[in-house]
Amino acid sequence: MSHRKDPASKDNKQGSGFSRRGFMQGIGVTGAVAPALTGAEAEAQSVPGVIGPGAVAITLNINGKAMKATVEPRETLLDVLRNHLDITGAKRVCDRGNCGACSVLVNGKVMYACSILALDAQGKQITTIEGFAMAGGKPHPVVQAFVDNDAQQCGYCTPGFVVAAKAFLDRNPKPTYEQVKDGLGGNLCRCGTYVGIRKAVLQAAQGGSNG
Amino acid sequence: MADYKWPEMSKRKVMGTSPKRLDGIEKASGRAKYNSDLNKPGMLHAVLLVSPHAHAKVRSIDTSAAEKHPGVTGLRVIAPAGTEIQWAGWEIAAVAATTELAARDAAGKIKVEYDVLEHVVRENDLRKVKTRAKAAGEQLEGDPEKAAKEADVVLEGYYGIPTLTHCCLESHGQVVAWTPDNKVEFNPSTQSVTSIRADMARALSVPAANVHVHQDHVGGGFGSKFQPDRWGVESAQLSKMAGGKPVKLFLERSSELVIAGCRPSGFARIKVAAKKDGSVTLWESEGWASGGVGGGGSAPIPYVFTKVPNRRQQHSAVSLNTAPIRAWRAPNHQQAAYLTCAPLDDLAAKLKMDPLEFFIKNANLTPRQETYERQLRKAGEMAEWKKLWHPRGDSGKGAIKRGLGIGVHTWGGAGHDSTCRCTIHPDGTVEVELGSQDLGTGTRTIIAQVLAESLGLKLNEVRVKIGDTNYPPSGTSGGSTTVGGVSTSTRKAALNALDKLFAEVAGALGAPADQLEAVDGKIQVKGNAAKSLTWKAACQKLGVKTISETGANVPSQAAKEGLNTGGVGGVQIADVSVDVETGVVRMNRLVAVQDCGNIINPRTAESQVYGACIMSICGALMEERILDEVTGRVLNADFDTYKLAGIKDIGEILVHLEVDEQNYKRGVIGLGEPPAVGGTAAIANAVANAIGVRVPVVPMTPMNVLNALSGRKS
Repeated sequence: MSHRKDPASKDNKQGSGFSRRGFMQGIGVTGAVAPALTGAEAEAQSVPGVIGPGAVAITLNINGKAMKATVEPRETLLDVLRNHLDITGAKRVCDRGNCGACSVLVNGKVMYACSILALDAQGKQITTIEGFAMAGGKPHPVVQAFVDNDAQQCGYCTPGFVVAAKAFLDRNPKPTYEQVKDGLGGNLCRCGTYVGIRKAVLQAAQGGSNG
Repeated sequence: MADYKWPEMSKRKVMGTSPKRLDGIEKASGRAKYNSDLNKPGMLHAVLLVSPHAHAKVRSIDTSAAEKHPGVTGLRVIAPAGTEIQWAGWEIAAVAATTELAARDAAGKIKVEYDVLEHVVRENDLRKVKTRAKAAGEQLEGDPEKAAKEADVVLEGYYGIPTLTHCCLESHGQVVAWTPDNKVEFNPSTQSVTSIRADMARALSVPAANVHVHQDHVGGGFGSKFQPDRWGVESAQLSKMAGGKPVKLFLERSSELVIAGCRPSGFARIKVAAKKDGSVTLWESEGWASGGVGGGGSAPIPYVFTKVPNRRQQHSAVSLNTAPIRAWRAPNHQQAAYLTCAPLDDLAAKLKMDPLEFFIKNANLTPRQETYERQLRKAGEMAEWKKLWHPRGDSGKGAIKRGLGIGVHTWGGAGHDSTCRCTIHPDGTVEVELGSQDLGTGTRTIIAQVLAESLGLKLNEVRVKIGDTNYPPSGTSGGSTTVGGVSTSTRKAALNALDKLFAEVAGALGAPADQLEAVDGKIQVKGNAAKSLTWKAACQKLGVKTISETGANVPSQAAKEGLNTGGVGGVQIADVSVDVETGVVRMNRLVAVQDCGNIINPRTAESQVYGACIMSICGALMEERILDEVTGRVLNADFDTYKLAGIKDIGEILVHLEVDEQNYKRGVIGLGEPPAVGGTAAIANAVANAIGVRVPVVPMTPMNVLNALSGRKS
């Protein structure tokens, strides 16, 4: 019933009965070939046509830094961020593109990191919440707005919401209240912080603080 | 001895104000580390293999291939041959490996043979589950037969409310290391830092003193995260097998939604009756519910209207091959509120009486008549009842029908056992330590407010440390008991420490210690700001000493002390629009009027009510654990098909907390649970008001609404 974005907008949307990991395992040896070949990685180039099934070295551009990791082709961007690189602001909640807790920006566009293979994220600008939330030692206006409007409780969905809200406002800097309700439909919260989030996004859009 | 009573309402400087939550920036910036975020050196990952069958006997289990899988460091068989599996999702084995993928691949290589047995997984029709139902004794009050005969209107109906799951966004699990020195470092996602230590120690036969628990944040609990759980204990064993390396296991969502707790269902055939003037004279119910294989789940009905003069209640517990229930934000209360308010609303409709008047008329049947009368009137005003309400089904032409409905509730919410240690350092630093946890309710923030208020300091001049078993014990955060417990223990610890500080500086101020007060960052002679020391100067008098005092909330004494108490009422009114062509229900508005005691932080208190209302909306319109009768499995164990409301689905929510002198004097009362109760009933009644018929079984999905409209059984 909730208005949702197409998971990871992006690549492949799958029905609930589908084994996502099995599918991705398949991609690892076939579907991911094209991005790997067009990517910058010499390691990938050295095995033309087939990547994996074993681990391969990749470089990801995360928050403006080149970061190396040795990952299996079937590993998601989310798992590589969290398990290999200790970048844990993006959370693993549903792990199948339903809830938005793992939202990151890929080339400026909000995506579900659980629904992108790490291999496919090579050569792209990945921004996680860590990349902007406290830039310059100051809370980003969206972060501050979430705090000002008590738009969080347990906080586990919050980084994903902040990323989604930032991306939404980048695209739609002066939204109406109704547009905010539509624009943040791709994220779920269980504690029920939506009332605060609506206010927070409007506050951030107005660039003000209601302290 | 210090006088612990709360300051006068009008004289508070920090309590009663709405500072932003202290961990707000940390959480909103993604910096907050939950235990599921931990990556410890050498950490292993573990996964569970679970049963695909709802009822079966394990014939054999062969782990040889799994154990040889590269990267595997240990494997534990949880359900050896001969084990009778009682629900799909039952833990069969746990595997640890150097990576999560290796662990999962290895688990896939475990070969299990089952002898499949017959299962029963649905309880909506009591006749079909007779052999699984165990009846409790009948309760009888008055003369139901006579009351039925003498009543002017009698209504009979069938009502049901399904099993829900907690859906904590941070899944259940932990990082745990059981090192060769027999010490256990335990980082669970828990609602009970203090008690989970003892539970884990017992499960591992390790002295409790050898178990250290630490948790900074928890990503949701809602009643489902009190125990170390089988996966926690097995992870500890896997750590031991690997020489003490930390093992991380957080349940996959597909397991979390199945085995990590759920709310019991509630069904009942109900007969109610009233006199022409609307006064209810009869309650008869034959109820049943399931809380899994052990039965359980018994909604206390009639709810709130407990004094209906003639009553007969029967209840059966149904044993199903489904995973067990856990406490779910106000256990049994949503079910009871729905199973009571829905038939009463139907009775009002049959009487052709305005339900607001009807509920007010019958408030004398509740334990707090005045409260509910006041709250019903207030909620009616806020919901524009007079303007918007219409008799049931009389909602005009067109496909979109609007309706209003009422739900009422109650809860306890007195404080749990809690001990706080308050330390004052010679440099003026003040800190408190409690083995408590902040579920997102704002516990850290309200502790700091109580501490600052008690010492005459500002919020940024005090520190709060929670979430560690090195701190004094606090109770489990369940039952809305945390705020009463920690505010009381903090108040007492702070004033005990302050008494010691007064004694240290009395000489310097030339007045007896009991003539001193802490006001606005100073220690001064009562009412004489001229004779004072700044807080810092006063603390410097300690020399090299520190003051460290404890204070405790002891529930059996709390009522006498008056710092916290329990027992609240609340009323919610829903305003919905239903499309009778598609069956889609949209929330226009949910109004919540809540009785609340002494509110420490109105901002976070209000957030609790908003969240509770939204949870009710999810439960009323979307949520339902769906079992497949053929396979016995949960069909919707993911967030694609187990629906939660999004930001667009909730309409507008209006909250009125009854903050006033009279409420304040009752002391602190927990607020997490009560407002999560009445909403489902209110929404259900609003739907009935809109479309003219009762959707008997929650949730009010398009299918159930259309079935009700066409007279089909859902």
